[in-house]
Parts: sequence; structure tokens; C-alpha cells
Amino acid sequence: MPAHAAGEKPSNAAGLIWKYVVRILLALFFAFPLVFMFVSSLKPDTQIFADLSSFKAFLPVGNISLDNYTGVFQTAPAARFLINSVLITAATVLLGLLVNSMAAFALSRMHWRGKTVVLGAVIATLVVPFETFALPMVWWVNKLPWIVVQNFVPLYSIGWLDTYRVQIIPFIANAFSIFLYYSYFQSIPKDLDEAARVDGAGWFRIYRSVIMPLAGPATATVAILTFLPAWNSYLWPLMVVQTESLRPVMVGISYFQQLNVLWGQIMAYSTLITIPVLAFFLAFQRTFVSSIASAGVKG
Amino acid sequence: MSVTTPRQTTKRGTAAATDTHGPSIKRTERREALVGVLMVSPSVILLIVFFFIPVALAFLLAFTNARLISPSISFAGLDNFTRLFQDELFWKSLRNTLLFAVVVVPLQSAFALLLAIVVNERIRGTNFFRTLYFVPVVTSIVVVSILWKFMYQPDGLVNHMLQSLSFNVIQGTDWLGNPGAALPAIIFMSIWQAVGFHMVIWLSGLQTISPDLYEAADIDGASKWEKFRYVTWPGLRNTRTFILVTITIAALSLFAQINIMTQGGPLDATTTVVYQAVRVGYQQQQTAYASSISLVFFILVLTVSLVQRYLTREKG
Repeated sequence: MPAHAAGEKPSNAAGLIWKYVVRILLALFFAFPLVFMFVSSLKPDTQIFADLSSFKAFLPVGNISLDNYTGVFQTAPAARFLINSVLITAATVLLGLLVNSMAAFALSRMHWRGKTVVLGAVIATLVVPFETFALPMVWWVNKLPWIVVQNFVPLYSIGWLDTYRVQIIPFIANAFSIFLYYSYFQSIPKDLDEAARVDGAGWFRIYRSVIMPLAGPATATVAILTFLPAWNSYLWPLMVVQTESLRPVMVGISYFQQLNVLWGQIMAYSTLITIPVLAFFLAFQRTFVSSIASAGVKG
Repeated sequence: MSVTTPRQTTKRGTAAATDTHGPSIKRTERREALVGVLMVSPSVILLIVFFFIPVALAFLLAFTNARLISPSISFAGLDNFTRLFQDELFWKSLRNTLLFAVVVVPLQSAFALLLAIVVNERIRGTNFFRTLYFVPVVTSIVVVSILWKFMYQPDGLVNHMLQSLSFNVIQGTDWLGNPGAALPAIIFMSIWQAVGFHMVIWLSGLQTISPDLYEAADIDGASKWEKFRYVTWPGLRNTRTFILVTITIAALSLFAQINIMTQGGPLDATTTVVYQAVRVGYQQQQTAYASSISLVFFILVLTVSLVQRYLTREKG
């Protein structure tokens, strides 16, 4: 065999085949449960169990139909759960983008007293996982006030349990989002704001028309990193929402885990609530992966 | 909070006065401070209300007798903690949580590093494989838990696969119903779900290492292992700290898998600290007692991440 060019690894055919074998085995390892989930969602329960012992468990063969999917909407108010999750996720992500980028802007580009204290406090929150204060927080949100103006009359109420707002507002401000925006803003030259200020632009104008249009990658990262936990949230809504019509998708899964477990429908429902995230992921795959990677490098 | 007082600092004032022009400097600066505070205040207020106060409450409520619904509340001293330290279930949950973390942290970070090295090599289809290994991460842990619960049944997919792959040598077990097998089964599934996340982080670390270093190592005739030992590993120092801290915190926070798959059973073999806190604080509405569990958990997490940061601080 002729020697390879200097510096290049000797990659013969056997080596290459071996590499692909490893990669394909790993791919099967990561994919098989999800393929099984999707395929099973198309089969009646009896066939799911019958197919378990053969390769058919991973193939959409036999009595294939969408019956489980229609069944999902009869067993549980699945449409309602989906709408709730879409609303809650959209509100959390959009308000989060606004609030966190504004905070990062003020922290990164403006001078005011107490800035370092705020920045330090924001970074300190990063090391505390939500689970450590979730329980006291349930007690706390139950004591919070709220005002609604009805027919020009303000109505006061106490307690946020069983609402949409309790699923949205606590998760808008996010130290990690502020931090990501902050480090991105730091890389934008300050001359830009100076120039805009000379032209008479106000601070808010600079934020909106100069800095934010340049911060696309940071916005994408923050959107992705807030989208995932919002859509997947489970522990918190489990504790603070009792009313069926306010429940998000992940909590809704318990409807299929009753005495008589409907596995086909569980698989269909699981597929339904996974598809939005999966589609989002595949569409923005590159940004997705690089945003998580940047999270790692900066953390 | 001193944070929200829009007063002008002298340092900035003098610095600006020397290089800016016009008499209205003071006013523009005051305006800048005002707008700055205005822009940061939504986040600051929200973080105070939904982070700092709840964290402080975890400390305060642990020394009271607060309940979720009851309006009366009084000081209870160390009652919750004496009860906690005599609570066998708490010790069990603490042991399970630590066991889970001790197994998951090294296994998952090592597996993730292997995957990262595999997908860092540029051969045809690398991007496809990378995407595929990452898919479980974007799948909700709730969905993953319910799916694996089904697969782990005595007559489920996992046992059927074990049988056919081992030509009927391995018979499998009732994975989630067997006290000895339940926690390992949950560990396996948890690693399967989360490893892609840390693969990507390792990968970004790998890509910050200059190719020149590998070329230099090649010229010196370094073996594959030597290149890993003396180029890759030292180059991943920062990534390593981040990975260890995030995996550990995630492992210590184990909850969803338990709540969906085993409810802490069989024979409390899978109950965890967060699961106990939720069971006590939410289902039994004993907020104060749950706060004392949360407090212990908080101290655990903080200690672990501080120790890890300390250990991985300098040196390779």
C-alpha cells in the first residue's frame, strides 16, 4: 500500500467501515425509543404488544391508522393543553426577549450607580437550580396580589395559583438570558452608540434601532434556550395549576396514565407534544446546537 | 436596595467632564442613569420577586410551621430539622440522590466526551449523526420517562430486545418493579436522554483547541492516547468545570423521572430529595417541612458546585 501524504491519518477502507459501524450503532441506540414511540402511535394496543417480540416493533406495518390520534382528543382535552402550552411558551419567550435584552443593554452600555451590584446579583442566581426554591415559591405565589380592571373598576385579588400568569411571569426574567445578551452586547463596538447619540438618538432608540438589529444571534440563542424549558415545564405547573383548562401539555400526560393505561394513545400524545420541538430543532438545527455550545463556553 | 437609586457617581462624572463638551453634561448623565435604571428594573424586580424572595423564604420558612393553605404561621425553631434528621425516608432519598449523582456524573461526562470526539471527526454524514445523537435532548424528560416506563415493563421492549440480542441468555427483569434494578434503570435512561447535551458542550470545547497543537504533536510522533492526554485534556479545562457542575446539579435535581416512572418505589428505592420535597410540600401541603428539605438540598448543591469549582480551578 502506498504511504499517505505527510500529516494525514492512514484511513483505509476497513478503518472507515469500522467508523461508520460505530456511528450507526450509536445512532440506533439514540433513535430506537423514539422510532418505537412514533411507530406504536399508529397501531392499536393489541398489535403494539404483539409486535414487541419482533422487529415489527420498529416498523409501521399491520393495522396502521390514526385512530390513536383521534382518540387522544376524546380521552383528554388535548387541544386545550396544546393551546395553553403555545400561549404560555410564546408569552414567556417574547416577554423574556424584551425584558432580558433591555436589562443587558443597560448593564452593558449605560452608566448608572449600582450596575456592578446588579450584574453580580444576576450572575449569582445562575448557580441556584429552580428545584431548591420551587416549594417555598408555591407558598409565596399563593400570597401575591393581582389587580384586574373591570369596567374601569380595579379589582384586587390575592393568590396566583391556578392562573396563566403564574406559569408565565416568574420565568420572564432569566439571569442566563441577561448574561448571554450581555456578553454579546459587549462585543458590539461602542462607537456605534456614540455616533447615534451625536445624531441625537435617545437611549431607548439606540437599544431598539442600533443594538437589537445587530444582536440576531443572541436573540436566536435566548429564544431557543427559553423555548425548551417553557414548552417542557412539568414540576411547576404540576404544583400550581389544578384547573384542567389551564394545564400545559406535559402535565396533561397524566390523563393517559389512569387505571386503564392506553398505550397507543400515550404514544400518539407523546408524539404530538414532541413534534413542535423536534420540528423547531430540525429547522434551526445549526443555531440550536451552536447556541447550546455557546452556553457551555460562556458558562 | 441601593440598586435602584439613580444618583451620579463621582468617578464617571469627572471622567466624562474631561472629554465631553457643553454645560449640560450633568443633565445628560442624570438622564442616562435614569433610563439605565428604568431599563434594568423589570428584570431586577422580577428576579427579586421570583428568585431572591423565594430563596430567602426557603431559609425562613424552614424555621416555621407554615402550611400551604393555612394563614397562621409561627416560629418553630429547629423542629423541622429535628424531624428531618429522624425521618428515615429523607435519609433514603438523600442516599438515592447521591448514589444517582455519583454514578451519572462520571458515566455521562465520559460518554459525552467519547461522543464529542466521534462527531468531531469530519467524515461524510458527521452532521447527520451529531443531529441524531442530540434528538433525545430536545425530547421532554416527561415524554422520555413515560416511553421508557413502557419499554421497561416485564414483558416490554427492553426485555424482548435483551433476549433476542443475547440469544435468550439474558432474561431481563421487572426493571422498575425490582428494588435493585429500578435506580440503575432510571440512571441508564437519564444518561440516554441527556448525554447529547453535554456532547455538544464538549464539542465546542474541542473546537477551541488549535489544530496547530495536534500538528506539532504529530511531528513529535505522539500516539493517539498521548495526543489526548497532553493536548485535548488540558485544552478542555474550562469546559470540564462547566460540564461537571451542570451534570451534578441536574443529577441532584432528579424529579420528573421518579414522579412518572416509580413514584419513589419500589420500597422507596428510587425516592429522591426533590421528590420528597414535592411530596411533602405539595401533596401534603407542609410548606415549612418541605422548605427544610429544600434548604438541605440548596446547601448540598452549593457545596458540590463550590467544591468542584475549587478542585478544577487551576492546573490541568
